[in-house]
Amino acid sequence: MINPFEIIETINMIDKENLDIRTITMGISLKSCAGPDVDEVCEKVYNKITEYARDLVKTGEDIEQQFGIPIVNKRISVTPAATLVDALENPTVDDAVKIAKALDRAAKKTGVNFLGGYSALVHKGMTKGEKILIDSIPRALAETDIVCSSVNIGSTRAGINMDAVKRMGEVVKEAAELTKDTQGFACAKLVVFCNAVEDNPFMAGAFLGEGEGECVINVGVSGPGVVKCALEKVKGADFGTVAETIKKTAFKITRMGQLVAQEASRRLNVPFGIVDLSLAPTPAVGDSVAYILEEMGLEKCGTHGTTAALALLNDAVKKGGVMASGYVGGLSGAFIPVSEDAGMIEAAKCGALKLEKLEAMTCVCSVGLDMIVLPGDTSAATVSAIIADEAAIGMVNSKTTAVRVIPAPGAKVGDIVEFGGLLGTGPVMPVSGYSSEEFVSRGGRIPAPLQSLKN
Amino acid sequence: MKAVVTVVGNDKKGIIAKVSGVLFENNINILDISQTIMQTMFTMIMLVDFEDSKESVQSITKKLDEAAGEMGLSIHVQREEIFSSMHKL
Repeated sequence: MINPFEIIETINMIDKENLDIRTITMGISLKSCAGPDVDEVCEKVYNKITEYARDLVKTGEDIEQQFGIPIVNKRISVTPAATLVDALENPTVDDAVKIAKALDRAAKKTGVNFLGGYSALVHKGMTKGEKILIDSIPRALAETDIVCSSVNIGSTRAGINMDAVKRMGEVVKEAAELTKDTQGFACAKLVVFCNAVEDNPFMAGAFLGEGEGECVINVGVSGPGVVKCALEKVKGADFGTVAETIKKTAFKITRMGQLVAQEASRRLNVPFGIVDLSLAPTPAVGDSVAYILEEMGLEKCGTHGTTAALALLNDAVKKGGVMASGYVGGLSGAFIPVSEDAGMIEAAKCGALKLEKLEAMTCVCSVGLDMIVLPGDTSAATVSAIIADEAAIGMVNSKTTAVRVIPAPGAKVGDIVEFGGLLGTGPVMPVSGYSSEEFVSRGGRIPAPLQSLKN
Repeated sequence: MKAVVTVVGNDKKGIIAKVSGVLFENNINILDISQTIMQTMFTMIMLVDFEDSKESVQSITKKLDEAAGEMGLSIHVQREEIFSSMHKL
């Protein structure tokens, strides 16, 4: 009945190899809160969130204690807030910021770590409300604490909205400038997406999509440390063995996520949405995706061979995880946020990992250029051009890509910017000194690629 | 509800007595015990049943920690599903 080796293996994964559930994210629809008067909307939003998520944190903590598995974050994702702004009568930027503050208050009342969904989906065009919401993002992020924002500017189906790309470069710069006391911290809460997913439980890009229901529980697993430790046991073996080892480990990690998701869904009486199979690193030593790549035989993450190693890892995680869960969704893959990964931080500091290599890596893993600190004098046009490059990769490869960069005011290449907590420490990485200004200023849309014509 | 109690530490007299004493006092039935030495550490694993007990996993964890505090043991109490879901199809 008892297999001591299995039990000790599980306990070691949790105690020594940093296995955890990264997040239980409750998706809450705010469609019912829309209305013409901003104060009424704010009240409805506050009441709905605090009522639906009343027991979320307590339930997460109970599960954590009863099963002995750490659940690092409890979060909330909501309907893109642009929907609420659009419904207002004569909306203004001030109104939008008011809504952000109501979201912040509600999230704090429930005790969650983050709330995502101060978002707009503008991959093809922009409504009046969406434009106002985007204009308000820098202030909304600077004047709230735990609200996260995301904007979808492209998709395989629609192409890339280059007007939105241009605007988002400016928004990122404005957000950095408004929070220059904290070296541009607001930018850590802002993601620009291509092919954003509707059921992502991870921040800063979580929102509850148009096709989702009233309320849903999504769970994101973690566990790069467990994969790294498993690979230590197959040193020198061929890639078939490497892939097989990762698959088996991913299966076990995901089973844990599935169990927690089902349990949370049952206790909260909210439908279970998906388990997101992502390997999400933390700045803790031993919880790094870069170390997995180095364990495969690379001297430093970022050297030649890194993209191939990441491709294998990303694929094996999916293959192992997919059978372990009834419903897999979200971003599902390996994350490579530079400042949140001890191995990436080291690799970037010593010059092994550069922006160009990271861009290549985003072609084969789940997200994009994530948590990268840029010099403070990086122009808005350069940030827009970085966004356009990533969006192009996502659009052509029918995958999600994202950009979360922090042009830290006053920072120069080689400086280190400290964000603290899960967001970690970022070495400032160089960008090209040549201008993209004229390219970005053209405006209009980049047409959808042939891949979009599947019907 | 079933749970797994894991006790790891340096071998000493009275470990089993102490742990099973706390379980008995709280009306928790021991279904299975396995004891072994793993990497020089004393390792005891118990499958227990909370059916007749009024206690929760959290409160028993606390009581076991208090009881075994001075013995230098690491004690986990976890619901059994975490292990079965991870290792069994």
